[in-house]
Amino acid sequence: MLDDFFVRALVAGVGVALVASPLGCFIVWRRLAYFGDTLSHAALFGVALALLLESNITITVFGVSVFIAVALMFLQKRATLSADSLLGLLAHSALALGLVTLAFMTWVRVDLMGFLFGDVLSASVNDITVIYVGGAFVISVMVFIWRPLFAATVNRELAEAEGVNPDRDDVVFMLLMAGVIAMAMKIVGVLLITALLIIPAAAARRFATGPEQMAVLAALIGSASVFAGLFGSLEWDTPSGPSIVVAALLFFIVSISPLAALITQNRPSPIVDGG
Amino acid sequence: MDVERGQIVTLIGPNGSGKSTTAKMALGLVAPDEGNVNLRDRLCVGYVPQKVSVDWTLPLTVSRFMALTGRIPVRQIDEALGVTGVSHLRNAEVRTLSGGEFQRAMLARAVARKPDLLVLDEPVQGVDFNGEILIYELIKSIRDDLGCGVLLISHDLHVVMAATDQVVCLNGHVCCSGPPIDVASSDAYRELFGTRATPTLAVYEHSHDHAHLPDGRVRHADGTITDHCHPGDGHHHTPETPQKFGATDA
Repeated sequence: MLDDFFVRALVAGVGVALVASPLGCFIVWRRLAYFGDTLSHAALFGVALALLLESNITITVFGVSVFIAVALMFLQKRATLSADSLLGLLAHSALALGLVTLAFMTWVRVDLMGFLFGDVLSASVNDITVIYVGGAFVISVMVFIWRPLFAATVNRELAEAEGVNPDRDDVVFMLLMAGVIAMAMKIVGVLLITALLIIPAAAARRFATGPEQMAVLAALIGSASVFAGLFGSLEWDTPSGPSIVVAALLFFIVSISPLAALITQNRPSPIVDGG
Repeated sequence: MDVERGQIVTLIGPNGSGKSTTAKMALGLVAPDEGNVNLRDRLCVGYVPQKVSVDWTLPLTVSRFMALTGRIPVRQIDEALGVTGVSHLRNAEVRTLSGGEFQRAMLARAVARKPDLLVLDEPVQGVDFNGEILIYELIKSIRDDLGCGVLLISHDLHVVMAATDQVVCLNGHVCCSGPPIDVASSDAYRELFGTRATPTLAVYEHSHDHAHLPDGRVRHADGTITDHCHPGDGHHHTPETPQKFGATDA
């Protein structure tokens, strides 16, 4: 079954969508979209570094993302720049550094577009293994830190007073995000990873009544976007990564349309059982 | 200062006087610069912070909000919501609640944990006068049911909950402390508060032996001015206040 490149692309894409959805929810809840953008832009620098050092791309990208995240946490405490300026500075500097480094390496021939916009159609069985083994690990850690991480998202002090250690969970979450970015880069490329993380979560918000429900819905919408995007790209010969993002966008538009309001209104209303 | 089991301690003081910081020290969120906090072993705290805002991106119903930091049996959730009178809001989204409903939901989630110590940071903030009376009555009945200690921060400098055992007035340090005055027997207060409120509210009469100057210095009763104010520095006539926060068993 995995002999066909299109089936491999579907399996890899759905895998990434499933892993990305719970993290995407937290990115939406904690307003970390630009933080995610910075980490994913830095991934291109990771790619350049991996080619230069002839090391494993996924692991190098993960390392660079972690480094940028740590640098960001450090600079936010020290620097006088506001957080969004700092993120913009790091995001685009890392992207530019990656492009310049690639240009210097005249001996390697790289498909730059593949890294910027993804190359899911070339996903190998090896890529799929990395996505599903790494993804299973990410999901199990997420399940483990889910409740405390969500509690700290609602109110940090309340969570801390009730025995949660938000600092530890923040670091774990950041590491998971770096991991997912390293995995998702192949599917949608460094410029579109944040879209794959946040759009399904944003589309799921309208229909969700609880955080867990929102993560599951986001996973479904993300997977559906992969299917719709890949079949669309096959049909109209459009680039696969951007097509997946466009499909996700369509789901989001449906979610904010009056059509969705009809669905949410028909849901059984809360039971009134009196005081 | 001490908070004992079954005791209600009310903190009052001007803005920036350290009321919330004191509460956070008792919760272990802030480490004290001086002195120390002694908490009973395996103390379970219920906390109602001053400001909790839940924005639209967070899908959160009241019952999920109750189980924020740990699973709580359904029966216990229903019981707590019943006690605070918001059972009908069990499946409502938190962001749609009114100020009074939200404070009751916050109290319910603190109660559901069956705490030994309840820390309430301005629980009647944004609640109208009638709502304030109802919430104070509720806090008293929670204390009576659970027998927990209550550390309550009041937004009012003079009017406190009648069930308060000890009022502590803060302004960077303990300015004065003592029990509130019972106003239920006073006709003048009954006229002011109304017959419903009089048994619930009480007045606290301050007895300061020093004044805080606008530049942060302190003028003492004997006319001397110092940069800081310490209970044991010879300027005060009251016995030294022990610098101890926390909850101990009665």
